[in-house]
Amino acid sequence: MKDVKVLGPGCKRCQTTEDMVKSEAARLGVPVVVEKITDYAAIAGYGIVSTPGIVIDGKVVHAGGLPKSEDLAKWLAA
Amino acid sequence: MTETPRGGPRPLIWVVGTILFVVAWFLAYGQLVPVSEWVVGQLPLAPGSGAYEAIKFFIYDTPKVLMLLTLVVFAMGMIRSFFSPERTRALLAGRAEGLGNVAAASLGIFTPFCSCSAVPLFVGFVSAGVPLGVTFSFLIAAPMINEVALGLLLALLGWKVALTYLGFGLAVAILSGWVIGRLHLEHWLQDWVRNVRASAIDLPPENLTIVDRIQAGIEAVKDIVGRVWIWIIVGIAAGAFIHGYVPADLLASIMGKDTWWSVPAAVLIGIPMYSNAAGIIPVVEALLGKGAALGTVLAFMMSVIALSFPEMIILRKVLNLKLIAVFVGVVATGILSVGFLFNLLFT
Repeated sequence: MKDVKVLGPGCKRCQTTEDMVKSEAARLGVPVVVEKITDYAAIAGYGIVSTPGIVIDGKVVHAGGLPKSEDLAKWLAA
Repeated sequence: MTETPRGGPRPLIWVVGTILFVVAWFLAYGQLVPVSEWVVGQLPLAPGSGAYEAIKFFIYDTPKVLMLLTLVVFAMGMIRSFFSPERTRALLAGRAEGLGNVAAASLGIFTPFCSCSAVPLFVGFVSAGVPLGVTFSFLIAAPMINEVALGLLLALLGWKVALTYLGFGLAVAILSGWVIGRLHLEHWLQDWVRNVRASAIDLPPENLTIVDRIQAGIEAVKDIVGRVWIWIIVGIAAGAFIHGYVPADLLASIMGKDTWWSVPAAVLIGIPMYSNAAGIIPVVEALLGKGAALGTVLAFMMSVIALSFPEMIILRKVLNLKLIAVFVGVVATGILSVGFLFNLLFT
């Protein structure tokens, strides 16, 4: 079970990112728990400055803008 | 390594494709004037009438503005792929004021971030040890020197005005940030902001290829031009109406360079307005054609895009009201000075 956190105050891109994570995980058959982090202090705590950001199993893998689906697949498969 | 490089296996095709696109762009751009002249010539309207002037303005401007904007946004998107906000923050952390303000304002032009990132960005910068004034230089430059505004000014008013806007926008961001830094207002941040300790980021290095950067340019065009084109057309239509029907002496008396109060009035009207540069600049062009002063209209434009209420409501989460008031006051003063200076310089 992978623990995925999508970081962002809740703009449209953050929502899209969350949807992308879920559909990519479903496509790959990787079980995930997706959690949204909207608290600014928590976001800054991860060292992320630009949102949306993605944290997988405690590790920051992406910051700023929408992720590419090929990258998502790589992170989820790792 | 058997892994294909990111962005596909054929960088050459992308590079050649981009070059061909740019060449085609220039060829098409060169044909805009004769083509639009021909179209206007087919109109069943008497040259010189209000309707003729308005429609001519619209037919000339719409393709020109959209084409130049596309090129500027594409170039900007490619340049921006070199400046992630995380990298910018690392560059600015621990910088002294002065030079730090200059660096922050310059990076503000290129570093991409969407408006919903303003707060995480602010918190991230401050908690990483970027001085408050330097952070403000960045936050002011980022919206003020806007690629859409730059592209439109280039398209409609020429490179001299575009370059001057760039220069003065930078100056306002540098000086405003420096002043805010000198005032030592760190205790006016919201409490929780001062307590955040950002962990050092451990993002893997990006290693973007040329294909990634070209794709970033294309993404920027899809995103930005896709979002603003409708406002541009509405703006050009409004500009066309002004061009064809609003009497010149009326405008010159309200927004002309001899009317000293028009600059502060333009800033006051501009602050509560929330619009993007896209719809405003075509109107600016038409106003200028009718005798409005350049400094006045630029002051208006800058206050609309750099000092918007939604932005301040977002910033309210990290700054207290006094600090927001100082921020607005300092930036408005900067814009006022730019307005008066432009009116003096461009006669």
